[in-house]
Order: sequence, then structure tokens, then C-alpha cells
Amino acid sequence: MPNPTLNIMVLAGGISHEREVSLRSGRRVADALLEAGHEVTIVDPDARLFDLLMNEKPDVVWPAVHGASGEDGALLDLLDASGVSYVGPHAASARLAWNKPVAKTLVQRAGIATPESITLPREAFRELGASTVLEVVTQGLGHDLVIKPAQGGSSQGVSLVSSADALPRAMVDAYTYYEVALLEKRAYGTEVAVTVIDDGSGPRALPVVEIVPSDGFYSFEARYNAGETTFFTPARLSEMVLAAVSEAAVVVHETLGLDYLSRIDFIIDESGNPIFLEANALPGLTETSSAPLAIEASGTAASTLFNALALRAAQR
Amino acid sequence: MNDRHPQSRGINLDPWLGHYADRTSGLSQSEVRALFAVVSRPEVVSLAGGMPFVSALPDELVTGALDRVMRDQGPTALQYGSGQGVPALREQILGIMALEGITGSVDDVVVTTGSQQALDLVTKLFINPGDVVLVEAPSYLGAIGIFRSYQADIVHVMMDEDGLVPEALEAAIADCHAAGKPIKFLYTIPNFHNPGGVTLSAQRRPRILEICKRHNILILEDNPYGLLSFDEPVPPALRALDDEGVIYLGSFSKTFAPGFRVGWALAPHAIREKLVLAAEAAILCPSSFSQLAIHEYLNEADWMGQIESYRGVYRERRDAMISALNEHLPELTWNVPNGGFYVWVGLPDELDSKAMLPRAVTELVAYTPGTAFFADGTGQHNMRLSFCYPTPENINVGIRRLATVIQGERDLLETFAGTGSLKPNPGTDSVIAPPPHLN
Repeated sequence: MPNPTLNIMVLAGGISHEREVSLRSGRRVADALLEAGHEVTIVDPDARLFDLLMNEKPDVVWPAVHGASGEDGALLDLLDASGVSYVGPHAASARLAWNKPVAKTLVQRAGIATPESITLPREAFRELGASTVLEVVTQGLGHDLVIKPAQGGSSQGVSLVSSADALPRAMVDAYTYYEVALLEKRAYGTEVAVTVIDDGSGPRALPVVEIVPSDGFYSFEARYNAGETTFFTPARLSEMVLAAVSEAAVVVHETLGLDYLSRIDFIIDESGNPIFLEANALPGLTETSSAPLAIEASGTAASTLFNALALRAAQR
Repeated sequence: MNDRHPQSRGINLDPWLGHYADRTSGLSQSEVRALFAVVSRPEVVSLAGGMPFVSALPDELVTGALDRVMRDQGPTALQYGSGQGVPALREQILGIMALEGITGSVDDVVVTTGSQQALDLVTKLFINPGDVVLVEAPSYLGAIGIFRSYQADIVHVMMDEDGLVPEALEAAIADCHAAGKPIKFLYTIPNFHNPGGVTLSAQRRPRILEICKRHNILILEDNPYGLLSFDEPVPPALRALDDEGVIYLGSFSKTFAPGFRVGWALAPHAIREKLVLAAEAAILCPSSFSQLAIHEYLNEADWMGQIESYRGVYRERRDAMISALNEHLPELTWNVPNGGFYVWVGLPDELDSKAMLPRAVTELVAYTPGTAFFADGTGQHNMRLSFCYPTPENINVGIRRLATVIQGERDLLETFAGTGSLKPNPGTDSVIAPPPHLN
């Protein structure tokens, strides 16, 4: 049976801190869907979006809007309310993944380890005294920490801290992006990302991608400057560990209720145990993102895979 | 864990990573620069970029010129041209420079692809890695980028409300000489400085020339804003006072439209010859079509009247910005420019304009952090605000949002006061301003 030609609207851009990343992801998605034979338009969502959806009536919407509104479930809720078929999880699941502390809690309850952490709204420092809170944090978690905004992506506002002196500034940097911060004990080992796909036949993990940033920190710069990071696909881990990580990624995907396409990030400790870091409901698909590498390593063309996801969404 | 996957080999997404020239080391994406992507959205009030308000240019002035070019000179406009530029346009450029007291020969004018290209060519001609370029503190970020790309040693010289400080220039030269560093030229923007907004006073101009002449230092005078004065005309150009020691750069980007990408250099004869050869090597020739369009525009349109109209637009916006700063941010310091596009704002010492930018994006306002205008990472307690593009109403909205940003940042810093150093990591960004097409 010939592949039906769908009218697909890719949403990319928005007004979050990750606009640039989203625009890049959107272009890549559009290219793959065009290659698959669909009619594709890229739309930067703004006040005209829902009128446009009413008029254009696309068969499928592909939200590639990273950052707030795109990943916090707001846009997906509104697409649901408008009766639009889209590629992506339900809003409630996106919200769970977007909120890093909540995702960690749920994943831990599902039996997967995650670094010990403390979640602190900025108000906690004001209410309980910043010096006291910082002291309690370092007593509890030590000085080797990762400080990140509790919501957000692309490592924006993330700091690695190795001494108490650096902690106050790291807190300020995280709160500059969002009013709640996640303070995690730093996990050491092999950093990996696992892309999980569900084209309707159930979630499956694509080959595990190992990430080796040139300066040791997978920062914004390491993510989006080609050559700043070396990737190994599959990761340089034993078959047994690779299988365990893949399985853990699918468990996370299902635990959070993610769908279609997700990326789950782990550190593999020296015993081969996957330590969950975070889940991405709308993973980056830029030229330098790990998900396209995983897709390529799976032996399936991105156009074939995205075509399957779009066809599935059209029947939603 | 020891049983590693045998088939896996590293993938580097840039196979040419080891091949790049040393001078490209600063050319990379950064977290701060990526934030400027939102500037193109209408919800965001951008006080960041320097895009002229070309909507103030009547359509018929431009379309008339374009029609005539295609009707009367189509084949010439679509063809390669002289590497030095269209002679008739160079004649007109002499007329424009005469407004600021400059006399010269049409043979010594070189038309370039924006004055930015002239800046690049001059730097290419003179700078070996490690050579000193003296620049104002702060200086135009596009010039700093070029000087960096030729691996110049960029030395900042203090400015005050009357522009470059002669005593500071003397001191900087002495320091360089003491350190055995060769100084190749002084780069200066004497009128309505970008980003400083100040103008070099008439009294100081001969002193700057005398100092440079005494030390055998060439002056590169960049004057894109000189005709955009709000009150009184600017003093005579440095080039008007010295035709041997000054290369003058001019541009149609601010007085007409940047889309044509036409600027020029007026250089001493020997330098001019090398400039033309360097320009031909770089781009063969500047756009014939753009040059002829501007030639037609200058011939037929009331271009002085149009500049007067631009002045009115920018004066109103300057007033709106100063008024909004007085209303919403009276605790900050700023200058009141008498022309050009920019206000240079001083922040309290505890605030860092670069570190604060994500908060500004959240509040839908953008500015350019002061660090963009220094080669040495300083400028963190300053920001450049542009009044050229947003409407007066939007300028007020933008400054009000900026007040919210500053209040939020101060509250946050206050929360952590006394817990340790709150000094931000200086980072490695070399380009922390919006790309030219965003505003």
C-alpha cells in the first residue's frame, strides 16, 4: 500500500531560552518528513497559531518547541483541546518529564537509581537563611554537586560545583533561569543518552549513545558546537550493560508515560548500573544532538522512522 | 564494564576540527548568544541590536532608484565592476564627506561591501599576530571581532564624556612601547560612539592627531553616525585635519539602508592602492547593482531631507529612552547621546549584565551586555541600549521590563549576600551580541 501523503505542520521556535535549538530541531524534522514524501510547513507558534490550525487543518502537528510551553505540557494540552493530532506524549506526561525533581522521584520509585538530590525553591533560601541552607546542603550532599534549574534543557543554567565557595554563584545562575533549583550529588561514570521510539508497536530503545565532551562537561557549548563532543554508538559498554541501560530507558519512558520519541539520560557507574539523570519528552533533533546519531545507528533512516511516527499520529 | 563493545568508534561531528586556523578559536556557539534568538519575536522588545529604522524610508525613493537603474543601466548593474567602485558614486561620496570638512581625490576612495569590509581589509593589510590595535574603552564589537580574527593585541584606551582621553592615549602608547609591542593603528569612532554614545570634542581632535603623528601611529576613523546628529553638527572629521595619517571609513548603512551593503574607505594614496588589490582578492568588486542604486538615489532623491527625517525619528526615540530610564531606572547611570543609536548604561557593581541576560529573555526584553564591547572580558557592569528600532512606546515597555529584570536580579543577589563570592564565571564567549539581522 503506498504511503499516504500527510499535511504536517512542524512547530518550532517559540519564545523560550531554547528557541534557537528548537528552530534547528524543527528544520531537521521537516527535512526528514519531506524526504518521506509529506507536505510540510514549519510554523513558529505565536498568537496566530490556533487560527492557523483551524484554517489549515493539518493532518498532523509535530511539536518541536523546546523549553517552556513546548515541553511543560501547555502547548500539548491546547493541541489536545483543539482536537489536533500530534506527535508526542500527552501533556500530563510531558509535564512529569519536564519537572526534573518529579521525574527523579517517579523513576526512583520504579526501581532505577538516581543521584541523591535536594530541590529548593528560591524562597527557601529567603525563609530559612541562605548560609544555613547552603551549609545543610553541603553537609547532606557534600561539595561535589551539579546545580541545575528544576525545569529547562540544553544545560542552560547548569553548573558543576566542586567546592562550597562556588555554590552561591551556581545557585544564582540556576535561579536566573527558573525559580526552583535541583541540587544533585554528582554521579561519575560513562555518560549516555538512550533514545526510545514507539511507532505503535511498543517502546523500544535505539542504540545507546555515549557522550564524551572535550572538557568533561556536556554544557550548552559542548552540545551545539560540532566537534566539542565525541560520541560512541553504541556506547563502549559490555553487551550486558547496554541491555540493562536500554531496558532502564524503556522503564523510564513507560513510567513517565512518554510516547512516540523520548531521550533518557544516564550515567553508568563503575559497576555498570544506570543512574538516571533526566528524561526529555521532546528530545533535541539538531545536527549535533544524540538522538539523530542513535537513529542512524539503528539502521533505519530518520525519514522512515519519522514517517512511521507521523502515520501513527494521523490515526490518533 | 571491562568487556567494552568492540565495534564502537568515536564519532566527531566535525571531522575538520583539527584543521582550523588558530584565528578561528573564538568562532563558536555560546549559551549567551543563543538567547538572542528570541529577539526576532514580536513579543520581545529588543534594545539590543543596531538595525536602522528603514521603514522611515519612503518606498518610492527606493523603488524609483531601482527602476531607473534597471531601465537605463541594466546590463552594467548586473555585471562585474571595478574593484575600486563605480567612479560616479565615488564622486558623490566626496560630496558627502565634504559635509564634515573632508577634501580628497576620487582616486583615493574605495567602495566596499559595507564599511565592515573596509575595516577587515585595513586590518588584513596592517596586522600581524600580536600587533597592537588601540581602541576606545568600550569599542564597536564588530571591530573587536575583526581584530581578534587577525590575532591583534587589542588595547583599550579610556573615554569620558568628551570621547577618547588624550592623556590615556599617551599612557597606553607608553605602556606598549615599554613592553616592546608594535602599535599599528588607533581605531576610533569619534561621533556618537558605538556603544558609548559620546562624541570626541573639537578641542581634543587635534591633540589625538598630534599624539598619533608623534608616535607614527595610523588612525582608522570610523564614522557611520556622523550625519545623524540631533542638535548641532559634529566637529570636523579627523581626516579633515590630516590627510596623511588617517584612513576614513564611511557607510550608507545608517543614513540610507544597510541592505545595499555599501560603505567606503578614503585612504592615503599608497594605502589605497593596496586596499583595492586586497578588495579585489577578497570579493573581486563590490555590488554594481547596489552602487548604481545608491548613485541614482543620491542623484534624484532629497537624500539630505531623508537624513533629516531619520534624525527626527531617532531624536524622538532617544528622548523616549532617556525619559523611560528616568522613570523606571533612576538609580542607574547613562549618557544622553546627541546623535546616533545608542545609550551606554552603567549598572551597580553587584550586577553583571551578561549573567542577567536569561532573566531579561524571560521578561521579553533584550539588551547587549557590556562585555561584548571589550576584548578583555570587562564591561560586565554596563549594557548598551539601542533606541534606533523600537517605537517610543515599545522603548518605554522595554525599559519597564528591564527594571523588573534588574529588581529580580538584585533580590536574588541580596538573598545570597554574605554566603560567598557571587562573581560570575567570565565564560569564554567571544560573540555575545545578536547577529546583525536580529533586532
